[in-house]
Amino acid sequence: MDLKLQKIIPQLITVLVVVLVFGFFTYNAQINMENRGIDFGYGFLSQESSFDVQFSLIEYDGSHSYFRAYLVGLLNTILVSVIGIIFATVLGVIVGVARLSPNYLINQFAAFYVEFFRNIPLLLQIFFWYFAALRALPLPQDADAMLGVFFLTIKGLYVPAFIWENLNVFLYSIIAAIVAIVVIRIHARKVQETQGKQLPVFWISVGLIFILPLLSFLIGGVSLSFEIPKLKQLATTSFIYEGGVSLPPELIALTLSLALYTATFIAECVRAGIQGVGKGQKEAAASIGLNPNQVLKLVVMPQALRIIIPPTTNQYLNLTKNSSLAAAIAYPDLVLVFAGTALMQTGKAIEIVSITMLTYLSLSISISILMNWYNKKIAIKEK
Amino acid sequence: MSKISFLKPNKDNLTTFLYMGSFLFVISVIDVFLNSFFSLNITGFLPSSLSFIIPIILGFIGLHFIRIENSGYKFLDKVNKNINTNNFNAILSLLIIFIIIKSTPPILSWFVIDASFAGDSKDMCSGGGACWTYIKVWFRRFMYGMYPNAEQWRINLSFVALTLLGSVGYFATEKFKKYLTLYYVVIYPFIAFLFIFFFISGGPIFFDFSYGIIAAVISIIIGFFIPSKFKFYYFIFVPITLYIALKYFIFYEELIELGKLDGLNWVETGAWGGLSLTFIISFFCLIFCFPIGMAFALGRRSDFPLIRYISIGFIEFWRGVPLITVLFMSAVMFPMFLPADFFIDKLVRCIIAISLFEAAYVAEVIRGGLQALPRGQYEAAKSLGMGYWRMHIFVILPQALKLVIPGIANTFLALVKDTPLIFVVGLLEIVGMLNLAKTNPKWLGFAMEGYVFAAIIFWIICYAMSKYSYNLEQKYKTER
Repeated sequence: MDLKLQKIIPQLITVLVVVLVFGFFTYNAQINMENRGIDFGYGFLSQESSFDVQFSLIEYDGSHSYFRAYLVGLLNTILVSVIGIIFATVLGVIVGVARLSPNYLINQFAAFYVEFFRNIPLLLQIFFWYFAALRALPLPQDADAMLGVFFLTIKGLYVPAFIWENLNVFLYSIIAAIVAIVVIRIHARKVQETQGKQLPVFWISVGLIFILPLLSFLIGGVSLSFEIPKLKQLATTSFIYEGGVSLPPELIALTLSLALYTATFIAECVRAGIQGVGKGQKEAAASIGLNPNQVLKLVVMPQALRIIIPPTTNQYLNLTKNSSLAAAIAYPDLVLVFAGTALMQTGKAIEIVSITMLTYLSLSISISILMNWYNKKIAIKEK
Repeated sequence: MSKISFLKPNKDNLTTFLYMGSFLFVISVIDVFLNSFFSLNITGFLPSSLSFIIPIILGFIGLHFIRIENSGYKFLDKVNKNINTNNFNAILSLLIIFIIIKSTPPILSWFVIDASFAGDSKDMCSGGGACWTYIKVWFRRFMYGMYPNAEQWRINLSFVALTLLGSVGYFATEKFKKYLTLYYVVIYPFIAFLFIFFFISGGPIFFDFSYGIIAAVISIIIGFFIPSKFKFYYFIFVPITLYIALKYFIFYEELIELGKLDGLNWVETGAWGGLSLTFIISFFCLIFCFPIGMAFALGRRSDFPLIRYISIGFIEFWRGVPLITVLFMSAVMFPMFLPADFFIDKLVRCIIAISLFEAAYVAEVIRGGLQALPRGQYEAAKSLGMGYWRMHIFVILPQALKLVIPGIANTFLALVKDTPLIFVVGLLEIVGMLNLAKTNPKWLGFAMEGYVFAAIIFWIICYAMSKYSYNLEQKYKTER
């Protein structure tokens, strides 16, 4: 009895404190909102937003609802995060491997990169790229074409647009190729386990992924053409590019700085992961007659990935959350569009901030669930 | 004489290969060097694309020639082992060498040679290089924000005093070493708080500061006579109680009158800014987030399910949202949750928000340390009859904290790097001040200099911190 009470009382006190604090906050919020004549509710989401957004992936203008504005912001956030994650991973892996290079110059270069970009605040880097570096780019009329089709100007990067005919056939062919590869891999594994023979899975896969889409061009009636951006004069000194896809400088500055910054952390994860695989493992693998490629693929990577993935997941989460710094350079992400403009217009502070926070929370949690699942899949299966 | 095979350099014709290889390599480096430093193009007679690529080809062949194993020359072996193991590495090494040579002159000329240092107006900056005059003119703003020039000695004095008080640990004799933790955890933050909020803020309130000093001195003196058993509780509770007692019951009216007469000028927190604000915010958040984080780390490993769930909820919530939304919350949502006549200063709200945010990260780091301890430590402590608190304070936490020094240091680094985000609530530390200065019509077009300046400052701070934490880690590394 005494012991039970000892266990219950601290918990009760804690819960009581938490409840009291929350109760105090809600009570005040109610009174404050009454005084200011604001009513609580999420009904405003369906109202007409009547503000415009510079850059959106879906069709949007002032006549759409606040909910649509929220979606625009969310999609822009996801866009920046996905591009940033891809670039950061590629760069991070390269730098991480370079740090372990026996070449003194290369590993010092990689170390310099990591130490340099890691120790400067991300916001400062974003400002630097946006206000200082990208402002030094040429005006649209002075820009030289890169590879003939890309135009990097002060107003953003212009890239050719793809114009597809029968895009769905092309997509089906890719899906078919992927399904075929999966089937072949399963079959190859079965063959290896039962007969000990190794099929050339890699080359078959490469062949499939190229040949099937190619067939779709030849037989399926798929055709692809490019729309190259063209310079157009608006006034005597004002030019823009028409056609193609334009990426605003905000997006470029943001993805660039996010990728450069996060890559330093990913590089450190990769380095730690590869160093974490014992030397004995490599030697043992070599001594049973695996060639260097097989050692890397079958022995080192599976073990290194186990060490690399959890911290790298954290970095992906950080990148996603850091993408909210977009608000500082007016890239229309979730924070700027929704917690900024929409909040100013409606004055619904509690509703909007809570929705924004919940969105980030669920983004974070979904990435971490996905990564936990993957992590569990490759973890050591202890008996 | 044996036939020379150029495809496979070998030891037989060592000198031939050595001379040829070094000659080609040196030629390629000299070509790039002349090209970048004196803009001479000795291969100008070739087509431009070939002239561009020729140093790489020459250098590559040169490095190929000198790649001779066990040549007997120590230097050559070292070079081969470090930058010239195979063709791929040779090309990468060459590229890096060329990039360094190529990028030195423009960087040097921008930073030093073409830069302007003199004068105090924009007209002095006509050269192609950086305009450090801009930094010179705005230096006080970047350091102190809008803090009045005449009062800036207060910030300097406070920082000097706090640095001196903070370095007491290095000079303490063995006898006082055991009080150091207490000093740093309770007394030092208390004094720092008084300094910053009453000395830097100023106003009639300045006299509160003297109460603080009196309270601290009295409690330290009495502290020597307190039995060591109660010392911990004594130092947690008595100085603050004494301070409040002094402030509200003793001499209150008289000193307020006195304070109004000749206190320091009051400077509102909105005028604080620049690098000093970065330090102030980092300092406070660092002090606050550590105990909060520790409490939640212990809470998350508690045996009481309700406390555990509350801790998990707290930690996961703060870790799941970006700091910028937390600051938004502190700016627009938090005032709604407080009574209407209750006003909390913007800076204080900011510090609370960042502290709670970082506390969640500190909690996870400390939890990692707690989990890494072997169960035997807990069991041994329990078998000695220690209760929960004694076990944690004397056995578990000292070891766990030692384990997580790098993690904690990383969190604090992140904290320092996160401070510029306070621009969201309208406080301008150094990056915010840069953005303000950049839009000044008299000084348009010097964004680059400002950002480079701030980047150098932040880089030095963060790099020093990470090196220091590395040293700490090495110092406290114990074999287990």
